Amino acid sequence: MSIVLVPLAVLMGLVTYPFRALPLLAPGFERLPEQAKLYLRLVGPSVLAALAAVNTMVGKSDAGVVGFRIGWEWLAVGLCIAVVGLRRSLLIGLVLAAGSIAILRTLGVATMP
Amino acid sequence: MVSTMAVPAQPAPGSMSVADSRRRLLLDSLGIMVSAGGFGLVYGLSARAAGFSPLEAGAMSVIVFAGASQFVAVGYVLGGISWLAIVLLTAFLNARHMLYAAALAPYLADTPRPMRAAMAHVLTDEAFALAIAHFRRIGRADVRGYWLGAIISTFIPWNVATLVGVTIGGSIPDPARFGLDVIFPAAMGGLAVGLITGRRELVAAIAGAVIAVAVGLAWDPAAGIIAGGVIGPFVGMAVRPRGAEQHERALGQFPQRAEPAESDPEAGLP
Repeated sequence: MSIVLVPLAVLMGLVTYPFRALPLLAPGFERLPEQAKLYLRLVGPSVLAALAAVNTMVGKSDAGVVGFRIGWEWLAVGLCIAVVGLRRSLLIGLVLAAGSIAILRTLGVATMP
Repeated sequence: MVSTMAVPAQPAPGSMSVADSRRRLLLDSLGIMVSAGGFGLVYGLSARAAGFSPLEAGAMSVIVFAGASQFVAVGYVLGGISWLAIVLLTAFLNARHMLYAAALAPYLADTPRPMRAAMAHVLTDEAFALAIAHFRRIGRADVRGYWLGAIISTFIPWNVATLVGVTIGGSIPDPARFGLDVIFPAAMGGLAVGLITGRRELVAAIAGAVIAVAVGLAWDPAAGIIAGGVIGPFVGMAVRPRGAEQHERALGQFPQRAEPAESDPEAGLP
């Protein structure tokens, strides 16, 4: 069994780990000024919304060209967000999101990604 | 008449017991577990198609444990791109994890350093989303809860699915047929909604999403996520807080509040 790419995995891990660890391990990070703490409190909703939006609205073609994506996936993600907002249940939201898009694809209404 | 569609009572940040919050954490983890399994399967299949051995694909999932960069690595290896380019792009794609660690750091200040070092390795999008929601519900850190979320929701499903994909291969149906590809953005959006406890969070989330899409379209999706995550909070900070949030600030509640802000009507998590 080939292990040629294992060193590549190690190198990729070596450049990833500092981003995850430095703020957790740097001394004094917990004694931040109030403005910095407020900023960090807002990072959560901001970055999660960014992840949701980019993964729903921005797509790459097979040729690697980035473009605005419009599709039924918007509805599925919006449905989940609405369910969480109204019912506070992420699980139900996810089941409805995946279920709705699966049905639409089975019916041929929505295209496969 | 009591409506069955009534919105459940929303706990104020810091007001939920650890046990109750862990139960919610595990429930939230279920959907993310399916998503991680689906993506891990696709990664395993892609790695197999690119000629990775199970050991190579598995090593990448265990050591790197970062989906987007692993997919890119598969594509680049297949295209014969240099390792240097792959490593540089990995650093670029995973730079957003620094934001996650910075946001969690105040909560984990009293956690032993070796433990923090270990926790950092499994700090993914999903682990961050679950952990920050859990910590805010209980108003402090919970190391066991962090591990529950990170390991059960993502690490185990991702690695098991990688091995299944790379070994069993083409006999598995496309996960997109079951809508699994929308679970990740839906989960991130849902968890973002759960973190919105006031006007500032709402504005930060909207700004983050808009900036991310704009930069993603103009430059690169990964750059968009970083830009949205970095600039969005500044936009939120520029918004004038409402009465409840001013009350929160007066209590100095981040990360441990003195008492729950019971007057905050928007408090609560998914």
